[in-house]
Amino acid sequence: MADLRCDIAGVKSPNPFWLASAPPTDKEYNVVRAFKAGWGGVVWKTLGEDPPIVNVSSRYGAMSYNGTRMAGFNNIELITDRPLEVNLREIKQVKRDWPDRAMVISLMVPCEEENWRAILARVEDTGADAVELNFGCPHGMSERGMGSAVGQVPEYIEMVTRWCKAHTRMPVFVKLTPNVTSVLGPARAAKAGGADAVSLINTINSIMSVDLDVMAPTPVVGGKGTHGGYCGPAVKPIAMHMVAEIARDPDCAGLPISGIGGIANWRDAAEFMTLGAGSVQVCTAAMHKGFKIVDDMIDGLGYWMDEKGYRSLDDFRAAAIPNVTDWQYLDMNYEIVAKIDQDLCIKCGLCHIACEDTSHQAIAAGKAEGARRYEVIDAECVGCNLCMHVCPVEGCITMVEVENGKGYMNWKEDPRNPLSRKAAE
Amino acid sequence: MGNQPDIRAGRLPDSAYAENFGDVHPPLDRKAALVEASRCYFCYDAPCIEACPTGIDIPSFIRKISTDNVRGAAQDILEENILGGACARVCPTEVLCQQACVRTAQEGKPVQIGLLQRYATDAVMDSAVHPFTRAAPSGKRVAVVGAGPAGLACAHRLALRGHDVVILEARPKPGGLNEYGIAAYKVPDSFAQREVGFLLAIGGIEIRNGQALGRDFTLDDLRRDYDAVFLGMGLGGVRALGLEGEEMEGIYNAVDFIAELRQAADLKALAVGREVVVIGGGNTAIDIAVQSKRLGAEDVTLVYRRGPETMSATHHEQAFAQTDSVKIKHWAQPHSLAGEDGRLTAVTFEYTRLEGGRLVGTGETFTLPADMLFKAIGQTMGPPNLLRANGGSEGLEMAGERIAVDATRRSSLPDVWAGGDCIGISEDLTVAAVQDGKLAAEAIDAWLGGGAT
Repeated sequence: MADLRCDIAGVKSPNPFWLASAPPTDKEYNVVRAFKAGWGGVVWKTLGEDPPIVNVSSRYGAMSYNGTRMAGFNNIELITDRPLEVNLREIKQVKRDWPDRAMVISLMVPCEEENWRAILARVEDTGADAVELNFGCPHGMSERGMGSAVGQVPEYIEMVTRWCKAHTRMPVFVKLTPNVTSVLGPARAAKAGGADAVSLINTINSIMSVDLDVMAPTPVVGGKGTHGGYCGPAVKPIAMHMVAEIARDPDCAGLPISGIGGIANWRDAAEFMTLGAGSVQVCTAAMHKGFKIVDDMIDGLGYWMDEKGYRSLDDFRAAAIPNVTDWQYLDMNYEIVAKIDQDLCIKCGLCHIACEDTSHQAIAAGKAEGARRYEVIDAECVGCNLCMHVCPVEGCITMVEVENGKGYMNWKEDPRNPLSRKAAE
Repeated sequence: MGNQPDIRAGRLPDSAYAENFGDVHPPLDRKAALVEASRCYFCYDAPCIEACPTGIDIPSFIRKISTDNVRGAAQDILEENILGGACARVCPTEVLCQQACVRTAQEGKPVQIGLLQRYATDAVMDSAVHPFTRAAPSGKRVAVVGAGPAGLACAHRLALRGHDVVILEARPKPGGLNEYGIAAYKVPDSFAQREVGFLLAIGGIEIRNGQALGRDFTLDDLRRDYDAVFLGMGLGGVRALGLEGEEMEGIYNAVDFIAELRQAADLKALAVGREVVVIGGGNTAIDIAVQSKRLGAEDVTLVYRRGPETMSATHHEQAFAQTDSVKIKHWAQPHSLAGEDGRLTAVTFEYTRLEGGRLVGTGETFTLPADMLFKAIGQTMGPPNLLRANGGSEGLEMAGERIAVDATRRSSLPDVWAGGDCIGISEDLTVAAVQDGKLAAEAIDAWLGGGAT
């Protein structure tokens, strides 16, 4: 099988599947179970200064969709609530027992150089492979001037990163918050500060649901709730966009990325990697199904690589990045229309009503030999894909390219573009 | 022959009866209902709606179940079919909505529409709120003959429109076939009476039990005393085999025995034969065959003169009976009856085949030992014709053995409508009877509101 060994910013692991800094990596017991299950590495749940923080009771919220539980998930937990000394002792022991696994330590202390210097020295003593600066946590800690309160200010990111690089020989990963208008500012700041890698995304500010009886957001804590960090399968598209933005940014060129956000299986992981991720971090999926899911991630990715002829992760890392572009460079002459396979059609009419009510009136509803029949009106079809997406039958509606004989022309070149006309004049 | 007929009660352990006659399809709990509801695609112009004789907006009510809007779901159902609870239990969904479900075409597994309908209607029937409010009183009075599905549906819709209704029911209890004619395990726990109680809660409907047309009153009486009349008395008569010895002990009309079973206070006191033979191919034949088996009969054989595809019992029903170890023999017709001392001992059948489209006997026979024989070969208006008896209306036109009606279910008499099995223009299903009653009520309402005197 393909070689899944991973090397990101000098941190090596037998596979790219790491557990993200979160409850699954809070203590030796869990981490050892994870390594036994086959996880390539962990980012130990964020350490802070003593005395340890205190958590509330009632911490997680979840969104079910159409019977699928935990399609989205959030939490209002803080960083580790165990004494620093206990965590450090366990980290040292686990790293000694599992030397081939990546051991990255997440950190969050007040925004003073001395505080960072002090904790880095103690972490370095454990033999851990790297540190990850938690500039992402959006709830609780941010009210105390840490977590995303730092991550939302590029100048702070650069400053703290610089301190850390100055005070440790360990590689420094900077974990980025998605709660910004553009992730590039924070990413560039991390790079400017000397970061060895970035990890993203952290969780997204969210109110999971409102309990309509209690009249409070969930998870409800004694009649009240607060915003929490959103994660799970629902955030994957947001995370992948941010990963890709960094991967294709010239200013961030060469900056390794540890991808995070809704990764639950090998396919999710492969997608992140094609967008530039070196390793991937998982939390919600493990919290939902346990550590055993890594088994499928490992052989699923390996078999897929075999099938495609990829021998190592480097063979396809960022392979999709050349094809991630700006809208203005898309081919204005590319044309597709929907095609309905009448033999597969089950006559549900969803394509018709979606197009009729909400799009381009390009699917006619009729009858043929007494049965319902839905036909695409090619002249009206703009190739929007909506019908294909609503169709419940795999492969029934496909989008077929129209051979129009026109070559590539982007919006900048398009005569319909008022700006391009101006430029030509 | 020498074998004594063996007909007796209490063939099974006491505990078996409750199990055998309990709910054949247990209800969905909330979790299961949500999962099943999520399978509905919410089709546009959905085929299931078209397949429902009462035109329930099925995708709409299922979507409401999926959002926990169960009351809204029940409203959607009951607005089109006030007996939606009964229909959820007794409809042959496998040839109606669930056959039309696009998931049947896609994967052979339709959305369980019947069970979802039951989930919604049960919830509303269990709550104390009647979901409909009557219109202002019209001052009109309508007589409804028969408190079966057609009559009840008609009465409810008329009451909704503000008319006062008197239902005249020949039997001691309302409900019609839901109370007397359908297999017990399909509608357990006095469901039919609970549903009647729910339906009557709208107000303005009076039921007079023990009032039979032709015996206690005539159609002319009703036309004289009420503003309009709806006839929904079903079919009172039963077809005969026409064989010698048909009056012997051990030979029963299936509908009579089912009625007795449905009203029995104690099923283990109900006698059943060791060897049971059923003749017929409809749902009544299936119902009596399975219930005989579940009462403890050792061998039950259902004999039908044609092939499985022409049985009016659905494929699903046939399979259900076979799962209950009922043996179904096709292509044989009753030939002769044998008995001793006036009691049936055996039935001889002749094999049949089609010859140029006609069913003919082949001359070959076989004999089944029988302690009991159930006839389930169809029902008739019944001798004597109650409509004509004791001064019925002469102008009422018949279509064959049934009452002739137009599309609005109006008879040849301007103030008389009819529906259910006594008109027989659609399939003999509860849901079809409900639709007859509903259509007739709307037509009656339009006519009464249109200045009729």
